[in-house]
Amino acid sequence: MASCSVEDVLTKAERDEAEKLKGITVNKELDLEFDPGNLLAFDKNRIDTREFKDNKREDFLRSLARDNTQLLINEVWKLPTERVEEIIVAKLPDPTTSLPREKPAPKPKPPTKWEQFAKLKGIQKKKKTNLVWDEVHKEWRRRWGYKRAKDDTKEWLIEVPENADPSEDQFAKRNKAKKERVAKNEYNRLKNIARAQKIKVPGMGLAPTPRQSKAELAQAVNVAKISTASVGKFQDNLPKEKTPKNTGKKRKFQPLIGDFSSEKQKQLDLLKVMDSKKPRLDITKAVNKQMREEDRDSAQKSKKGFGKKGRRGNMSGKGKGKAGGKGKAKKGKGQKPHMKQGKR
Amino acid sequence: LQALHRILKAKTRRSKRFLQSRQPKLTEDQKSSMIIRGGNTSQTVSQALKDVYALKKPNAVLYKRKNMVRPFDDSTALEFFSKKSDCSLFLFGSHNKKRPNNLIFGRMFDFHVLDMFELGIERFVSLRDVKTDTCPEGTKPLLVFAGELFETDREHQRLRSLLTDFFCGPRVSAVRLAGLEHVLHFTALEGKIYMRSYKVLLKKSGCRTPRIQLQDMGPSFDFVMRRNHMASDDLYKTAHRQPRGVKPKKKKNISHDAFGTRLGRLHMQKQDLDKLQTRKMKGLRKRRGEQTAETAAAAAKAPRTDE
Repeated sequence: MASCSVEDVLTKAERDEAEKLKGITVNKELDLEFDPGNLLAFDKNRIDTREFKDNKREDFLRSLARDNTQLLINEVWKLPTERVEEIIVAKLPDPTTSLPREKPAPKPKPPTKWEQFAKLKGIQKKKKTNLVWDEVHKEWRRRWGYKRAKDDTKEWLIEVPENADPSEDQFAKRNKAKKERVAKNEYNRLKNIARAQKIKVPGMGLAPTPRQSKAELAQAVNVAKISTASVGKFQDNLPKEKTPKNTGKKRKFQPLIGDFSSEKQKQLDLLKVMDSKKPRLDITKAVNKQMREEDRDSAQKSKKGFGKKGRRGNMSGKGKGKAGGKGKAKKGKGQKPHMKQGKR
Repeated sequence: LQALHRILKAKTRRSKRFLQSRQPKLTEDQKSSMIIRGGNTSQTVSQALKDVYALKKPNAVLYKRKNMVRPFDDSTALEFFSKKSDCSLFLFGSHNKKRPNNLIFGRMFDFHVLDMFELGIERFVSLRDVKTDTCPEGTKPLLVFAGELFETDREHQRLRSLLTDFFCGPRVSAVRLAGLEHVLHFTALEGKIYMRSYKVLLKKSGCRTPRIQLQDMGPSFDFVMRRNHMASDDLYKTAHRQPRGVKPKKKKNISHDAFGTRLGRLHMQKQDLDKLQTRKMKGLRKRRGEQTAETAAAAAKAPRTDE
């Protein structure tokens, strides 16, 4: 109709909108602070204490809560929605209130010894299949663990290799090798952890373990003895303990600028030896080595023979004459004989 | 304790998973809370603890036996409990003549106490007394804090942060619109905190957003503020420090104009527009004959304009 003007139409539309939104509008002095990520709303408005009397308290609180919740719901309904399996779901943004963490942030672990090496060489990790084909059982078995494909422990026959001792127990040897590998792996794992956390680990034998061998204990005693301000010089010996002779430096070097003539002589002697083409032989060392080997063999035999009858003392077996002659030529450092020679 | 976990290798996969779930992570899971009963508790306090446990299930453990612990004097026992159960929030309830119906809300950082607030219960209405149907366990509640004290007073600010931490549920990326059923409303007035819990009824309104009606539900508390132990500012700051991987990398060079279209800038080298290679349209190509006619026309025009 012609009498309908534009302003009338607009005002009518506004009134309709207001009617619709009457249900959900709430008048507040200050706007609330919203955190839709946490479904949180904060109302800063002053609460009128007059309305907060005892008898009307619950109603007042409920109406306040209703208004605030309405505003929060309005805010949530403004978020983008999507349909997930016939359910309408509103996607929440990230929460804006910062809350403290439970635990401090994890620090990146330093690489282990192997990881450092692999990075250096450019070795990549190869992904392995879960199952491996086992020819013996003709089926797919797992790579390691219970009922694995190639199980060493289940073998009932081990061939003795050519250069091995025929009376050696190959099964026991295999078990022992496995135990050593496990122990080595564990040791390396602990070393990696200690390196990662920068803990100084004491050397061999000094960290307390449940079973310590005689050598480890002796080493611990020695280390404790020299751990004084004067490096053990004034420490008394225990009864029947002998001071070890070769403490301190193991190698003694000549001073840099010393006796020139002796140095010259030494170098000329060295050249003469190198030119000579005859093998050098230290007779005492050779003889000692031979005697030691014979002692060891006889000791083993005697141990097997007399082991059950009890100890026979420090018997070095049958008497031996001096072996004499040429043993193996030995240059350089000789081993100290660690067995006493009995009466011949 | 974490070092010990690494040295003791997990023997089964299940135990390995368990240990890994307790390691610190970049983005953390929901905090679990332990609800502890103190040396002597009244009926109110026991019921209050049970109600809060019901609200916070399944991420809560309730220690029902009496624990002779005084959190404000010596918090080592609480720290030990938190290490054992891997909980960073705690609620300790006790009752004695000096402090009747006492609840201590607290949170931990790295298994050491960060904040502790002691609130006394003046009035308590339990879940059992209000006979309405409740919402399912584990719904993320709507949290509303009212009162300017929560903004102005420093202790109230900290308490607000603590209560948010305690009662906000898991961190979710999306929420079902019909599932917003539970609202917790905290009002701060004259040193007292009124906590009410309502069930939200979404009614039809003229438009898309529904009209809210609230129904009384659940525990309602009237708290009075007693002692507190707040963390020092630098400890508080350290606790908030986020690791570098968490913040998402901001995508640069994306802008939106007024119409909502996505714009970006391309940076090019300077181009010689004369030598620009455009699409060749055969029909528009200038022919020899036309070219001379055009130049003639141009030449004819030029002297005319000169005049």
